Amino acid sequence: MGKTLSEKIISSHCGKEVTPGELVIANIDGALVQDGTGPLSVEELRKANMVMAAVPDRTVLFLDHASPSPRKELSNAHIILRNFARETGVILSEIGDGVCHQRIVEDYARPGDLIVGADSHTVTAGALGAFATGMGSSDVGFAMALGKVWLKIPEAFRVELTGSLSEAVYSKDVILHLIGSITADGATYNALEFTGPGATALSMSDRMTISNMAVEAGAKVGLFESDDSTREYLEEMSRGQDWKRMAPDPDASYQRTIELDLGTVEPTVSCPHTVDNTSPASELGEVEIDQAVVGTCTNGRIEDLRVAASLLRRRKVSDQVRLLVVPASRRVYLEALREGLLETFVESNGTVLPPGCGPCVGVHQGVLGDGETCISTQNRNFHGRMGNPKGSIYLGSPATVAASALTGRITDPREV
Amino acid sequence: MLEGKAFKFGDNISTDHITPGRYFHLRGDIEKLAEHTLEDADETFASRVSEGDFVVAGNNFGLGSSREHAPRVIKQCGVATILAESFARIFYRNAINIGLPVIECDTSQIEDGDRIQVDLDEGKVRVPEKQIEVSFTPFPDFMKELLADGGLSAHLQKNKGFKIGGSSDGP
Ligand code: SF4
Repeated sequence: MGKTLSEKIISSHCGKEVTPGELVIANIDGALVQDGTGPLSVEELRKANMVMAAVPDRTVLFLDHASPSPRKELSNAHIILRNFARETGVILSEIGDGVCHQRIVEDYARPGDLIVGADSHTVTAGALGAFATGMGSSDVGFAMALGKVWLKIPEAFRVELTGSLSEAVYSKDVILHLIGSITADGATYNALEFTGPGATALSMSDRMTISNMAVEAGAKVGLFESDDSTREYLEEMSRGQDWKRMAPDPDASYQRTIELDLGTVEPTVSCPHTVDNTSPASELGEVEIDQAVVGTCTNGRIEDLRVAASLLRRRKVSDQVRLLVVPASRRVYLEALREGLLETFVESNGTVLPPGCGPCVGVHQGVLGDGETCISTQNRNFHGRMGNPKGSIYLGSPATVAASALTGRITDPREV
Repeated sequence: MLEGKAFKFGDNISTDHITPGRYFHLRGDIEKLAEHTLEDADETFASRVSEGDFVVAGNNFGLGSSREHAPRVIKQCGVATILAESFARIFYRNAINIGLPVIECDTSQIEDGDRIQVDLDEGKVRVPEKQIEVSFTPFPDFMKELLADGGLSAHLQKNKGFKIGGSSDGP
């Protein structure tokens, strides 16, 4: 019996052939924590007298969620991570360097790797063909120290993508549409493996958006095959040597196959307060917004900023709307600066924030007021997510968010 | 056997309901953070819950963030176990890792305020007053061991590494 991509990668990290349902101890290639989860990992390791790192050159501590720090407690959390990095020799990603998941795909993840992260969107690196999955502070803390983690081998769903995206439709719309149809727990405990001609045709940035949101369907991982696009991306990141081809066996057995013709997907939004509460943007009716956000680990890449800028160029956002733009990393920020995109955002009356999570998790920078509504390119619209349980969050593609910022209401990008 | 009062919640209770992002700065102080447990699902929960009570929920409990603080604050409040129709993957893992048993079972008949009994070894949940009995699959051996050891940290220290099915796998 052939193996799924998930089974192949995990097998090669635990020295035996695995089957779904089995519990194994696997070796990791890399680990990450961030400023919201890492201090607890460090505390656990200190209590257990295990202040050490098994793979220090591939263990990264990110200061990205509260960055720059808005208050002293969080500044102190940053000190905990800086000290730990100094003591163990692991890598520290400082304020302004960017969101963990973007930096992991740019600089660390390799096809075939097994990566664990104390952040649920660690799944983003699945776009490179890495088995990357989110866990808690204890799991990842001890994985950093020992280089090992316990894992249950997931059953996999094969998501067969065909066709190509229509105009003004982006991979964000695809993943929102998919989550809307399989629901927020439709893939709990499962691996999602994206394949087919539609998947091959997607750019790496498109794939990252889809992998990033696999967890919003409950999945453990959202994997793409590693192919020529993956190689080109790694070469662009000056990491061509990290490439290898990765694909499932042709006779691998999947629990379920989901087929999706990309050509049938429309601009899609998730409505409050769950990601699977989706609707085509054109059928939403009149929803006025107060804030629009372009950025985060889901859609803060240069490709996303280009799309948003193309709609905003030589136009002004609606008087009623605050537009916040957050490049995902220092690299993206610099590229956007050089291409003149930041100028476009500022001229359109938007505000550019430093690389990091920005307003996504409600820690700072763009907390919603009572009764306010936001449309964001982020991945979650849960109750209270942007710092106020009396706020409402809609999710959409960078094009939908930019179009909505212009009109002051949620707008199908084909309208503007 | 565990016995206590049920606090009933619905489907899709997220880690943002349990530990809202606006209390991010309290993550270094679990006791203070726990004063806000489940605040965005039920503002009064943390003040009403007592030692040995149960959180009972519908589908997909704990979806969202990887924040281990979510099961930690629930445990800090004295909750003995969480019963739900289903759990989000990372939440489930985190709960076991910190030594908080979480049970997947049919919770549809349990109502807010019911006195319930849970027998972890037998795999039974009972509401004696209503003559309701629900079964659940007892934990696999490795998880039983993790829980018995008191969570992941204690397990790793006791066994000098991971131990699955009797075979030790040290650092
Ligand atoms: S951008 Fe949002 S979803 Fe992504 S890591 Fe930061 S807080 Fe989490």
